[in-house]
Amino acid sequence: MPIFDLSHPADLTAALFPDLLLMGGAMVLLLWAVWRRESAAHQRTIGLASIWLCVATLGAVLYMLFHQGHVTDGPIAADSFRFMVDVIVLLGTIAALALGIDDNDRMGTTTAETHVLMLLASSGMMLMAAARDLMIVFLGIELMSVSIYALAGLNRRSVRGAEGALKYFLLGAFSTAILLYGIALVYGATGTTGLYEIHQRVVELQLGSSPLLLIGMALLLVGFGFKVSSVPFHMWAPDVYDGSPNPVTAYMAATVKTAAFAAFLRVWLEAFNAEIGTWHRAVAMLAIATMVVGNTIGLLQRNVKRMLAYSSIAHAGFLLVAVAAGSMQGASAMLFYLLAYTLATFGAFAVIVVLSRGDAPVTTEDLSGLWTERPWLAVAMAVYMLALLGFPVFGGIGFFAKWYVLKAALQAEEPQIALAVTLVLTTVVSAGYYLYVIMVMFMRPRPANSEAVTPTPGWTRFVMVATAAAILILGIFPDQTVRYVVRGTPRLGAYVPPVKTAPARQAALTH
Amino acid sequence: MLPEALFFSAVLFVIGVVGVLTRRNAIIVFMCVELMLNAVNLTFVAFAQVYGVAGQIFVFFVMTVAAAEAAVGLAIIIALYRHRQTVNLSNINLLKG
Repeated sequence: MPIFDLSHPADLTAALFPDLLLMGGAMVLLLWAVWRRESAAHQRTIGLASIWLCVATLGAVLYMLFHQGHVTDGPIAADSFRFMVDVIVLLGTIAALALGIDDNDRMGTTTAETHVLMLLASSGMMLMAAARDLMIVFLGIELMSVSIYALAGLNRRSVRGAEGALKYFLLGAFSTAILLYGIALVYGATGTTGLYEIHQRVVELQLGSSPLLLIGMALLLVGFGFKVSSVPFHMWAPDVYDGSPNPVTAYMAATVKTAAFAAFLRVWLEAFNAEIGTWHRAVAMLAIATMVVGNTIGLLQRNVKRMLAYSSIAHAGFLLVAVAAGSMQGASAMLFYLLAYTLATFGAFAVIVVLSRGDAPVTTEDLSGLWTERPWLAVAMAVYMLALLGFPVFGGIGFFAKWYVLKAALQAEEPQIALAVTLVLTTVVSAGYYLYVIMVMFMRPRPANSEAVTPTPGWTRFVMVATAAAILILGIFPDQTVRYVVRGTPRLGAYVPPVKTAPARQAALTH
Repeated sequence: MLPEALFFSAVLFVIGVVGVLTRRNAIIVFMCVELMLNAVNLTFVAFAQVYGVAGQIFVFFVMTVAAAEAAVGLAIIIALYRHRQTVNLSNINLLKG
């Protein structure tokens, strides 16, 4: 069992090894990407190399997950929660890179740097998963966001892409500024940015009703609300998802959400654990609003990408239920849900990559009668839709994901009946658009004037087969999966470092 | 000294928020975001006088990140200007629904 003493640079480096591997590798790949002249072949090579780099990082993460040592209290966590989030993020990144290779070919994009940007965004996400200090949370969010602003505007020939990128950039920067002001006020109230130290100071100095802390928490909640696209901070999501290239949209919908929720949960449960009475009601209200609005507006969409955008907003609501439960069980339910959601989202976007033509949006019209022309494509899409809906058996892991969130809400210290009821009812509503897609594919005739669907490119086929197989197989063995995920439950509150006494002048300031 | 600095930075922050919400020119909206970030920096510096150097280190991070963000953001604004010959947000309405 290794012991990491985070005050030693060597140990800190070891604890950050997977993150450093990904960042260093991304730098090398960036040089390689710009070394050669732009070409489709070079783009594919860099994409393949990026996938291998992610696989290597995944190996390092899995090693750390199974060989965890004792870690001293510090700015970086080395717990299983961090590594489980890393696993989900890296699986999503591999899928996004694979789809990206094919989508770049389809759109005639030959810039190889696109893959490197995705790697840099992923290293930011891994930093968010690891952060136990608001400073690192901020740096992780920004490393992720700045890369994704650029990715959203990847296709320079597309005016829709440029528009989506601008909206994402302006609202992203706005939300970051709000988040930062929240961090500044929390720092002002407690005198520290470390998550565990904040918790200690809040308890020791009884800062529960300090206006600085309360306003700071509210601003942090708004900032994170933007990042996870919860209602009423969701307005940007449908436009940005609609305008961005397909693989980037899948990446934003699934992987970015995973990282944002990881940081959200850790900040809330680790730093403001003592204040759960204060923030719980606010998070629960956000969850209810997000589930209701996301699912009902989703019903009105005929553009499949916009529909999936509202579906992703609705799923943010379901995930907020797990956060609102405020328990270890809620945290592991959230991880399991994120895994299921990532698999289903990337599968659905793989189908969209196949169906897309040029810059035009894919509508439900393009899906009608898909069963008669490309039966396997239709079957795969049906599996993803049922998984997103949480349908038993055919939806595989999706059903159990909802089930565990529901269980966490009902078994929380204070049972969350209202949240559980809303979750079930809005899931029924969401059947209205998920099943509509299936109905259109299997029961409508193929329009006579429709063009033939292009053959599925290799990497896209790989993503579709892998995600569909994982959804169904993990759906047969949910208990085993959950046992692994439970390892990933953050040991929040289980840290028992020596209690540090607050500086005397800190005490003098507050009395 | 601390209350004055906090009050001033809060005022700056609110001016930034109001600017983002009401102005229609992408560049001005972006400048208002920068104003918000500088209000945050001022808050950190003010608190750093009480709590020590951590707040000042945070300010350096914020400034560096803001510069990186500006580089990407202005590139995006230029990309959109090449398509639409305008940076007015009221005219940017292809994506909706």
